[in-house]
Order: sequence, then structure tokens, then C-alpha cells
Amino acid sequence: MSAPKILILRAPGINCERETHFAFQRAGGAPEYVHINELIADPDRLFSYRVLSVPGGFAYGDDIASGRVLAQELKHKLGDRLLQFLDRGGLALGICNGFQVLVRLGLLPCTRGKLEEEVTLTHNLSNHYECRWVTLRSEQSRCVFLEQGLTLRWPAAHGEGRLVPRDAQLAALLRDEGFAALRYVDEHGKPTTTYPQNPNGSPEAIAGLTDRTGRVLGMMPHPDRAFLPTHMPDWRRTLLEKGELPLDGDGMGLFRAMVRVASAEG
Amino acid sequence: MQAWRVEILVRPSEPDPVGDYARKSLIAAGLAVSAVRSRRGFLLGAELSAQQVHEFAKAVLADPVLDTFEIHAPFAEVTGSVRGVQRVSVLLRAGVTDPVAQSVQKAMTDMGLPRVATGTYRAFDVSGNVELAALALATRKSLANAVLQDVLMLQLPTSLPGAGGEPDLTVQSIPIAHLDQQGLEQLSKDGGLALDAMEMTAIAAHYQQLGRAPMRMELETLAQTWSEHCKHKTLTGRVRFEGKVIDNLLKATIVHVTNTLDRDFCVSVFVDNAGVIRFDDEDSICIKVETHNRPSAIEPFGGAGTGVGGVIRDILGTGKGARPIANTDVFCFAPPDMPAAKVPQGCLHPRTVLQGVVAGVRDYGNPMGIPTVNGSVHFDENFVGNPLVYVGNIGILKTARAQKQVQVGDHIVALGGRTGRDGIHGATFSSLELHTNSETVSSGAVQIGDPITERKAMDAVLRAADLDLFSSITDCGAGGFSSAVGEMAEGLGAEVELARAPLKYQGLAPWEIWISEAQERMVLSVPQDKLQRLLEVCREESCEAFVLGTFTDSGRLVVKYDGQVHADLDLHFLHKGLPIREREAIYIAPKLADPVLPIETDHAAALLATLSDYSVCSKEWIVRQYDHEVQASSANKPMCGVKNDGPADAAVIMPKLGSRRGVVLGNGLNPRYSKIDPAAMAECALDEAMRNVIATGGDPDYTAVLDNYCWGNTRNPERLGELVRASFAIRDLALAYRTPFVSGKDSLHNEFRDGDRVISIPGCILVTALSIVPDVTRTLTSDCKRIGSLLVLVGVTKNELGGSTYWKTKGELGASVPRVDHQLGRQVLQGVYRATQARCALAAHDCSEGGLAVAVAEMALGGRLGAKIDLGAVVSQGELNSTQRMFSESQSRILLEVQKHRLPDLIANLLDTPHAVIGEVTSGDQVEFAMHGKSVAKLSLTQIERAWKRPLDFDGTLLEEVQK
Repeated sequence: MSAPKILILRAPGINCERETHFAFQRAGGAPEYVHINELIADPDRLFSYRVLSVPGGFAYGDDIASGRVLAQELKHKLGDRLLQFLDRGGLALGICNGFQVLVRLGLLPCTRGKLEEEVTLTHNLSNHYECRWVTLRSEQSRCVFLEQGLTLRWPAAHGEGRLVPRDAQLAALLRDEGFAALRYVDEHGKPTTTYPQNPNGSPEAIAGLTDRTGRVLGMMPHPDRAFLPTHMPDWRRTLLEKGELPLDGDGMGLFRAMVRVASAEG
Repeated sequence: MQAWRVEILVRPSEPDPVGDYARKSLIAAGLAVSAVRSRRGFLLGAELSAQQVHEFAKAVLADPVLDTFEIHAPFAEVTGSVRGVQRVSVLLRAGVTDPVAQSVQKAMTDMGLPRVATGTYRAFDVSGNVELAALALATRKSLANAVLQDVLMLQLPTSLPGAGGEPDLTVQSIPIAHLDQQGLEQLSKDGGLALDAMEMTAIAAHYQQLGRAPMRMELETLAQTWSEHCKHKTLTGRVRFEGKVIDNLLKATIVHVTNTLDRDFCVSVFVDNAGVIRFDDEDSICIKVETHNRPSAIEPFGGAGTGVGGVIRDILGTGKGARPIANTDVFCFAPPDMPAAKVPQGCLHPRTVLQGVVAGVRDYGNPMGIPTVNGSVHFDENFVGNPLVYVGNIGILKTARAQKQVQVGDHIVALGGRTGRDGIHGATFSSLELHTNSETVSSGAVQIGDPITERKAMDAVLRAADLDLFSSITDCGAGGFSSAVGEMAEGLGAEVELARAPLKYQGLAPWEIWISEAQERMVLSVPQDKLQRLLEVCREESCEAFVLGTFTDSGRLVVKYDGQVHADLDLHFLHKGLPIREREAIYIAPKLADPVLPIETDHAAALLATLSDYSVCSKEWIVRQYDHEVQASSANKPMCGVKNDGPADAAVIMPKLGSRRGVVLGNGLNPRYSKIDPAAMAECALDEAMRNVIATGGDPDYTAVLDNYCWGNTRNPERLGELVRASFAIRDLALAYRTPFVSGKDSLHNEFRDGDRVISIPGCILVTALSIVPDVTRTLTSDCKRIGSLLVLVGVTKNELGGSTYWKTKGELGASVPRVDHQLGRQVLQGVYRATQARCALAAHDCSEGGLAVAVAEMALGGRLGAKIDLGAVVSQGELNSTQRMFSESQSRILLEVQKHRLPDLIANLLDTPHAVIGEVTSGDQVEFAMHGKSVAKLSLTQIERAWKRPLDFDGTLLEEVQK
């Protein structure tokens, strides 16, 4: 079983590609950087990968709206290939700005199997960018690789992370039908809309979504900044209590799970 | 050019944070505004059809979930405003870069629409009983910046700026042979050259010798290259001080330290864009700190943002290309609650400056994907006219690529942003004093940044560096192409063809292209056989690049436009012809005395007041707006402790993923001490920077430092005398600490003239310290971790309340300012380092502003644990009362948390460094100070948290939980 090939998308303004690359490599995957210009020149190249990863950043400056310009470009230049990629067994991950791109593209939550914008990610209620650690719970969801029932601490760092569904019906669907894969929780482990545990005021406390097939996952917080033990904000306390550091930080499990599923299916 | 107008509105059912912010700002400006709704406006070329505009607005411009939109056709009748609602539009002035407009064009062409001209703006529908004139005034002040933006009242934007006019291509010859000294000075003043009589005379003599008049572009080039900003004429000039002549102050002090110490970890110092030190066998770390004070005073957002962009390019252009890995930012402002009446005309209110600067750093640093990991903020009323904005960047590069050399025959390649009229005369502007009219006169010197263009340039340069495609590189900073090409050509020659430069718009005269300080540009020297590959890489990265000319061996800098020569300068004269400046300096110690105050009766209240001082209080509101986690290198966040809200002394990053080798980064600055003695200020800055780094686990023997001077008007001999005194003080301490300076910068003439009143900043040296550690797991944070552990104060406490925050809260300055005992200071740094390496301590925090009392309060708050302190146990010099023990700001003191069973180990590692067990960490939430068994102050963590967090809690969010 060879290491699954992972496409790390690059584009002007994407800036978390190196840590995402490293995390996938550490998980046993075979990540490769592909610039959007290269991908557009040869769109079928997408099919030679098992995983598409859209890293965080400020693609095209997040001009007009976060992720808007890159989503627009992918939609018009790759179009149906994205859905075909999933049909052929591909997996996709969007972190932070990558999540915003997948949402604008309509790949998430994609409840009807069509590329349409069903939810939006908009300005935090605080009206500015914020960088802080949050606690998440991985919910029972459709996602085929995210381990469920975990409490995870990852850092969030965004200005537009408030997830607003198109209407109440869709909100209920996301909650009840396993689309809301990750939620912000408080110190008692309960989903919360209270600041700062919920850093952007997302109703329903939704931090991350999966799609109808469970093969796509996107989230605002950054597992790609929480994969080493020394990334965790309280690693010194852990070292003091346990006498040693664990192998991984809380974000590593996601990368390992994706590589595991991608190799098993490959 | 008439255009389509598309306006996007948030649906009434959804929150409109931008509108809310505008409403609050207008109310704060005194208007009776009841509601504001915001609009995002787009102007699109009239060539589009109605259907195309509608499709585009729906698919791209409006959010399908939240927004609605309106479309107005070109030449459409502009309908008047709705009753009771007034319309205000804010748009960029012609010539200011609009990055969003470029993205709009891209999205349009991606959709298959034709590429047409575009523009963007903001608009507000203001409801309430407001006079139009008052609204116009408040909008200009609170919602727009007159330097960059125009405000339209009631009428709507209808047209796009045209392509620009025809450029003036004539070669202007400027006769100066006949001018006397006064005439030369006038010429310099009228042309904004910022050259003095002696320098103008040297230029006149040079052209006399050549037997011709200088061309305008030549004069402009000389003015840029000889500016204080580029040449540091004062610090490298001759100074007469106390009967001695110092030939070159910089060489006698800062450079002297580095040369004398000759540390083996220094790879490249004082020769490149940044200082370079060895990181491991393969890589080096480079660091540079700049100031961007003048632009930030006038346009805080753009000034701070382009400052960050500029220093990132410095690192990118260090050696043969370094990868930026961290930002550090330090600011000095007047207090944000300064009454408006005390703010001189022509100055922005300090709160506006603070918020603009923070937003500027945020909106440039975050999109660049470089973590902002460290900084500090200081407050003093004298910064009202000249706020200080220090921006720093750190990079990593292969040590083998730390040296660069232009080869004759190399192509001069420029890449990145296009050239516009922005930032013309920035370098010379920064060498002049600000005054009431600076806002209007100097607007050309101010600009806003476009981080994504810089990011593309960075991606292209770093790939080209990996492929070894260039022989040298530098950034376009002050002076633009003229400085970049002029510097690279030194000792060789260059020939430039400016007509090849891509422009933002038409109409630039050749000399404007040559000295424009348009952002986001780099200049590379590229061998012929690598040119094609380099241009390909740039294309792949969507980064514009073009060949600007060739490096020659002619010894001349020849600049042409369409073949016509506009400048033909002798490079030797350009670089070596600057006459040595001679200045008088005297030092007159201010007559000050310690105040005679009644005995402190409420130490708890005094501690709370000290914690609430702006310079001491929590900076979390600022810190959280910066991305400090990107690149996944963080091993010590800016905030620490169980709730991630305690202050960290220094940042720790692991620049190479997978390796635990780390960089510890800290800084020191205390402007207030300068009012008593600049020597004390200088020493304390270095000591504080070292304490911060060593308290976090850094190695005092593997630490490099940077100096950044910001001073008042050094043409005044007294100001210069203060600077000389400070320079020698910091020299002596750096020699004792064995810390080499690897880079530095100065910003002089920070003086504001308001009629007859002159406001001068206190002379400041910011010291940035950077240490390399083999294993970050031996670094530590400041928060207390275990109930029952001991608190050990290392160092000696003296009667040094002069300049202290405690006395500041009483409205006093005093005279007994802290000084640094060189030997004791070194002993403390080394003792603490040995202790942290042996893992003796659980936490460490340096004592700085607010003294021991603040250090204890912050450590307890971070760990959400109590503390009990016996002030009588503190090692002191002479008899000190409890107030002095709590609040004295004596240097070289670090407070450690140590588990009882590790105390013998700690003592063994401290050797004979003075220290004492002064208390212990307790359960519960009380922090108590006692003296000789008698309680002096008792505070709860809640009290401490409120006092410490409230002052800069601009959103009212930091204290939510406490209030609950």
C-alpha cells in the first residue's frame, strides 16, 4: 500500500500550505504542491490524487468576500471535475480560508449533490479578526474519516467565520442529518454560541461541515497548527503532570485518519 | 468615464457590523445619529450589458445568503435621498491603489466576461437629525482618511478614473551654478529634497567641475540616496561632545561592540538589509526592525501596513533571499483617553492612531501568512504628534546563501507591484519634522499596501532562490528604484531603461518612476543564462516581472527613458560624495528630585492603579487580532496560562518543522526613564530585552540584539547630547553582556511643531533580542503552575522609584531612575539560564514596569493561583520600606517559581547570584503581600484581572466572563 497522493493547492494568498504539507507527510501521505495556474492548465491532473486539500490563507486577498475569487475560479475552470473527483473516491479538506472556498464553491455542505451556495461564512460578531484557541467536539456525522465523539483543541484565526445557513430548514437539516461535523463547545463540553468559546457567533455553534457523501470536510479552526505536542498552549503543564510529551497535538488525528482512509480505499 | 454602479446591502434582518461601527463612530463624534446602514459599492465599465452586470453581481459581488443588491446604469438619473436618510460615500482618491478592483477584474474574466475598468467604494445611509455640514466633517474625520479618500455627500459615485494623462518626458536641466547658499537651500526646500546648505554646495561644486547643470532626475537621486533615512548622516557624522570629537558615533558605539566581541555566531552584520546569525549547521536567522513613524502619524492604517510590508521585503532581500518567519511590532502612543482639547491641530487623536496602526499591522501581516509573535505598547503624552511604530521581521535562509554579489552583465529585474505616483519623496519626508500642515503637504508620501501582491512576489522570490536563479537581490524601499539600483550598482555601474516599467496608470514623468516608493517591489540581478527560467517562475506565481536594465562596470548610473538620458551619475560621487556632517552636542542633566509623598496607606489600591496603567495593562485586545499561529512554528504564545490570558515575556518559535531547535524573541523599551536620564533608558532597554529572553529560557551567550533609535530633533545640541550619552551607556552594557548588535536603525527629528509649541518625543532606544536554543522544551512561561511551590526573586532590589509606573500613577516622575549594575546583571542572566536548562523552574517572569508587585500579580493571574509574599525577605540594597519593595523598578531581577524539592538544585545553579525565597504559590485566589509578618496588601484575582484588562478592552469583550 503506497502513500496516498495529496494535492496541496497553492494560489495567490494561500499561506498555510507548508504546515498542511508537513502534517500530511507526518501522517504518512504523499503531499504535493500544485499551483492553481498549473491545475487550470491541466484540470484532469486532479484525478491523479486521492485527496484535495485547500489550505488556509487569504486567497486573492479575500477581496469581495473571503474565498470568493478562488471559489469563482475553481468553479469556472474545474467545474464538474470537483464532483467527479469525489465520485471517483477522492477526499477533500478545506481549512479556514480553504473551508470558505469550499463553501462558496458549493462543495460544502452540498446537501443536494449540486454546486450551490447553501450557507455562508461571514464577519465575526466581534467585527474583527481573532486568533485564539477553541475547544471543539467532533459530532456524529456523515464524515467518513473524522473520528467522532472527540474533544479537540485547535486554534481559530479568522475574521469571517460565522456560519449562516440559507434558511431555518437548512439549519435543521445540517443539525439533524449529520452535516455539522464539528462544533464549538464550552468547558462542560456543551455546544455554545457564547463568546469567546464560540469565537465568531456561529448559530448552532457550527465550526465545521461535511457534505452529503461524507468525503469532504471543512472547518474554520486549524488542525494544521495543532499537530505537534508543542503546538498545544499548555504543553508545559502536560510535561509537568505526565513527565513527558505525547507524540501528537490534537490536530494530528485528522490528518492520520484521512491518510488511513485514503490508503485503505486506494 | 461613466460606469455601472452596483451597491451591495446586507439584508435588514441580518447584522451589519460595518454600519454599526460607523454609527458608533459618528455618535462618538457628537452627532445624533439613529441608524447607519452600510453599502459596498462597485463601479464597472459601461461596456458591459445589463444582463452581464446582473449576473456578475448575483454570482460574485453579493452574498447569496445575506445580501441584496441594487444596479444603476451608466448615466442613469441619480435619485435624491430618502427623507431623513443622508447618503455618504467614501472612495479612494485617483492614483491610490485599489487591490479589490483588481480582484473584481479577475473574477469577471474567470466568468468569461470582458475585462473592463473597475473601482470600489463604501457608502453609508445615515438616519437621524444631522446637519449635512456636520455629517460631512465627521465622516471625513471618523470614516475616511483625507489623505487617501474623498467623501461625497448626497451625490453618488458615477465614474471611473481615466487612464491618466500624458507624461512630461522632457529632460529638465536645473541650473544651480549661479545660486548662493540661500538660493541652494531654497531650491532644496521647494523641491522637497531635504538636503542642507552644505550638501547642496557639494552638489553644486560637483556639477561645476563637470561643467554642466544637474538634470532633475540626478538631483532627485542624490536627495534620496543622501537622505537621513538612507544614510544615517547624524549617527555616522562627526559630533563634538564634552570637549571631544567623535568621528562616527555609530562606529564608536554600536559597531564597536560587535567588532570588539567578534562573536562566532554572527554571519553577516551591518552590510546587508538585515543582521544574520547562525541557527544550526545549515541555516541562519536574519532579523531587521524598522520604524514607520511619519506615515503612521498621518495615515495610521496605511502607514503601519506599509511599514510591515517594507520590513518583510527587507528580510526577503537579505542574502540571496530569506523566508520571513515572524513579525514583531512595538508602538508608542499618547494615551487613548487624552482629552480632544489637548490634541494639537493637525494630529489625529491617539485612540484613532492606535486603532488604525493595529488594524494596519493586522491587515498586512495576517494575509502575508507571517505570525506576529511579539511586541509591546508604551504610552506617553509626548507621542501625540509623533507616534512610534516599530515593525520587525525575522527570516531564515541557508547560511551558504547569506552572501551576494552582483555580476557585471547581470540583468536588472524588477518584480512585484506596479509603479505609481504613490510615496514620492517618502525618504526625504521622513527626514523632516512634522507640523500642523504635514497632513496636506505630504500626502504623496503616504500609501496603502497590497499584501497579496507582496505575497506573490515572496512566493516567486523564494522559489527562484531555491532554484538559485539570481546573484543578488534587494527590496524597493525608501527612494524606490533609485535607491535599490543605486545600492546594488555601487562599485560597478548600471544602465536603466525606465520606459519598460509597468505602471499603475499613465502620466508619470521619468523621474517620478525612478523615485516612486510604490510598494511590493523587489529588484534582482539575474545572470543571462537564468533569466528565462526566472521570468517563467514569476509567471507561474502570477507575479509581474520585467527587465529594467543591465549592471555594467562603467562606474556610472545611467538612466534612460525611451533611449533619452535623464541621469548620468558618477556612482562614486553618489555614494561617497556626501559631506561629513558635523554637529554640536551637549548634555545637560535635568534638575529633578524625588517627590516627598505621604506614606502609602493603601498598597492594594496602589497595585490596582499600577496594573491599570496603559503601559502595564493587558494588550490582549491587540494581540488577538494578529495571527500568531500561522506557519505552525509557535512554541510559546503571546498570552499564556490556564486561560491563555497571562502575559508572555518573549516568543518561542520553531522555524524548522520537525525540529525542536528554537528562536526566543523579546524586546525592551522604557521611554519614561529617558526623561530622567537617557543613559538609564538605554541600559534598561537592553537589560529588559535580555531579561525577557532569558526568563523564557534563552541563552545569554547565544543572543544577538538590535538597536532602534527614535529621537527628537538632533539638530538641537541638547537632544543630540542625550543621544550621545545613551549610545555610550548601551555600548558599555552590551560589552559587559557580550551581546553583539547585528542590525539597527534610527528615526531622528521626531518633533511636532504646533505654532510656537514644540513637542518632542522622549529619546527611545528599542532593543530587540534574539536567542537560539537547542530544545524548546526547556523554555518556560510566566504563569504559576503548582500550589505550594516557592517564589524566588533573583537579583537585588534598590531604592529606584524614579520614572516608575507607581509614581506615574501619583503624577510624579522623580529622579532615582534605575541603573544597571553590569556585573550583577550578567550574573543574574547566567544564573537564571543555568537554572532553566536544569529544569529547576516551573515559571519565570521578569520585573519591569510596576516592579515586583506587578510581576507577582501577573504570574498568579496567568496560573489562576494565589500567592503569598514576604516583602521583608527580598534581597535589598539599603533599608527599603514595603512600597519601595513592591514598586521599585530595579533592573536585573527575575522572579522564579520553583518546587520545594528543586530548591537545592536551583541554589546550586544560581551559585552566588543574589536571590531569596520571597513567598509561595497558594490555593485560592488571593494575592497577599506582607512585611515583617504584617499584611500590607491583599487582592483577589478578580480585582487584579479587572484592573489589568479594563484599560485596553475596546470591545468590552475581555472582561465578559469576569462580569458574569
